[in-house]
Amino acid sequence: MAILSLALKSLFNRRYTAGLILISIALSVSLLLAVERLRVESRNSFAHTISGTDLVVGARSGSINLLLYSIFRIGDATNNISWKSYKKFAEHDLVKWTIPISLGDSHKGYRVMGTNQDYFRYYKYGNKNSLAFNQGQPFEQVYHAVLGQEVARELGYQVGEKIIIAHGAGKTSFTMHDDKPFEVVGILEPTGTPVDRTVHVPLEGIEAIHKDWIGGRQVAGLKISAEEALEKNLTPKAITAFLVGLKSKIATFRVQREINDYRKEPLLAILPGVALQQLWDMMGVAENALLVVTVLVVFVGLIGMLTVMLAGLNERRREMAILRSVGARPAHILLLVTGESLLLSLIGIALGLLLLYSGLLLGQPVIESRYGLHLPIGIPSMREWIILGLVGTSSLIIGLIPGYRAYRYSLSDGMSMRI
Amino acid sequence: MPQTAAILLKDLRFGWRKNLPEVLHIADLEVPRGERIFIGGASGSGKSTLLALLAGVNLPTQGEVRVLGEAINRLSGARRDHFRSDHIGFVFQLFNLIPYLSVLENVTLPCRFSHLRRQKAIEAGGDLQTEAMRLLTHLDMAHESLIHRPVTELSVGQQQRVATARALIGAPEIIIADEPTSALDSDMRQAFLRLLFQECDDTGSTLLFVSHDRQLASLFERHIALDEINQADQEGQ
Repeated sequence: MAILSLALKSLFNRRYTAGLILISIALSVSLLLAVERLRVESRNSFAHTISGTDLVVGARSGSINLLLYSIFRIGDATNNISWKSYKKFAEHDLVKWTIPISLGDSHKGYRVMGTNQDYFRYYKYGNKNSLAFNQGQPFEQVYHAVLGQEVARELGYQVGEKIIIAHGAGKTSFTMHDDKPFEVVGILEPTGTPVDRTVHVPLEGIEAIHKDWIGGRQVAGLKISAEEALEKNLTPKAITAFLVGLKSKIATFRVQREINDYRKEPLLAILPGVALQQLWDMMGVAENALLVVTVLVVFVGLIGMLTVMLAGLNERRREMAILRSVGARPAHILLLVTGESLLLSLIGIALGLLLLYSGLLLGQPVIESRYGLHLPIGIPSMREWIILGLVGTSSLIIGLIPGYRAYRYSLSDGMSMRI
Repeated sequence: MPQTAAILLKDLRFGWRKNLPEVLHIADLEVPRGERIFIGGASGSGKSTLLALLAGVNLPTQGEVRVLGEAINRLSGARRDHFRSDHIGFVFQLFNLIPYLSVLENVTLPCRFSHLRRQKAIEAGGDLQTEAMRLLTHLDMAHESLIHRPVTELSVGQQQRVATARALIGAPEIIIADEPTSALDSDMRQAFLRLLFQECDDTGSTLLFVSHDRQLASLFERHIALDEINQADQEGQ
């Protein structure tokens, strides 16, 4: 105890240098913890991009490809599913609900998804959260649209706005469905999922704007106005994919097999949880790289501490000699110098935690509203404690380096005043 | 039981390494308890080496160092450190104080490492602070304006007096002063020595005063020229 109070006073005596070391350790520790927390939470949130859905069904391709285009709106479907096949499984005895998805068009770079009202009723994300409306309500008519939160925010849209859908998925599409504008009737709450970046329209709307299109081109001379289109049969002939909710989870594999073995059309049914996990594992490299970088930042902070402690040691040889003359043993000197490093890093860790929590308190509402990512402000998790413990242990080991040098000095110098 | 000598050196030899010539060879030296002894000698005469041997920081290559009857060259390193902190108080030439401690903390520093001196100090003064203040008062250093000042802002003379109070706290049997006055002017030197003598008399401590300044020698009961009793140099020549 006597030695630790000496160490504290000695540090206070060098409070400016010590303060700088503290800042660098505190910053690096809070950065490490923040990255860890973001990593865990984004992984959680990613794994919960979609929940409550038992199967995702599309044309036969790879499971990750299907997941990417149906849930993440990345890439394109290789093929469509016929309405007849969809209907067959939608009316299956074990199926509770289905959500049809029709993709292929876009609005200013955001994907347009055709679906029906069951989407707002059954689609769940995160911890079984349903979609909620920030403004307006679900679409009711053919030319209605519901916007994801990011679409509305980035493009500055309000309910009542008329939007024009472009053919194809590119950001700068030259072919517009400008004869059939859609009216924004609802804007969703942020979800932190690809829903935020989606324009939702009724399946009939998708069908209507393509009534005078054949094979991806507008047929010259064949002009069907918006009103005329409403008179036609707007039941789609094909959709891109559909989501399935079952009456009982136990039936999942049975229905999956049935879909995969369906003879009339090559279909693929996947379990979204499994595919999400596969996808995340593919991105694990980037995640680990980020973690490695922050670990290195902490390491740099500790090396900074080592540098300062070592640099100061030579001018402290007189202090060591005085301490030796009043009865300090070499072990005391080791304890004093190592204790200083340990105190610095412990205070640094405490400050880092303080920084993390104040950052979380300040940033949580912003991150939640902009990215839909909920960062909990709980006590550190087991993993985080382990990380903090590792930082503490490494600082102890690093602190032993100047401690040992001071110990060697005090053995060789004894009480002689070399400086 | 007869009082053992404060210091007894018998056939003491010391060399830094085996193949290097000896730097110190003292056939016989006895310092009775309570004596004030001046050890003079030019620089390089082995003064610092002798002090390091007496303090048990270095070990003789041959012979015996008895301090207060204890053959300290036969003790383990930790026991020597312990023995030193219990029984010997030091005052050095310059910069004796720990810069980040207050005057009082500097004075009571030995009591952090030695139980014995802590107990003795508490017995003498009631508690450590009071005892430290008592010593500082004797050394004319107890002014409010002085003891609350950072030690680095004290004058050299003031620093030496604080260091003396530190050497004296807990009444160690032996005070070793290594050129404590060399940074003081001559008036200060006399005053400092008077205070030092008085305090050693009060506590009954033996004073070993090492200096190259022979003018001071006359003030001591006994003086030794290290060059004369050290036979290592003659042998080397």
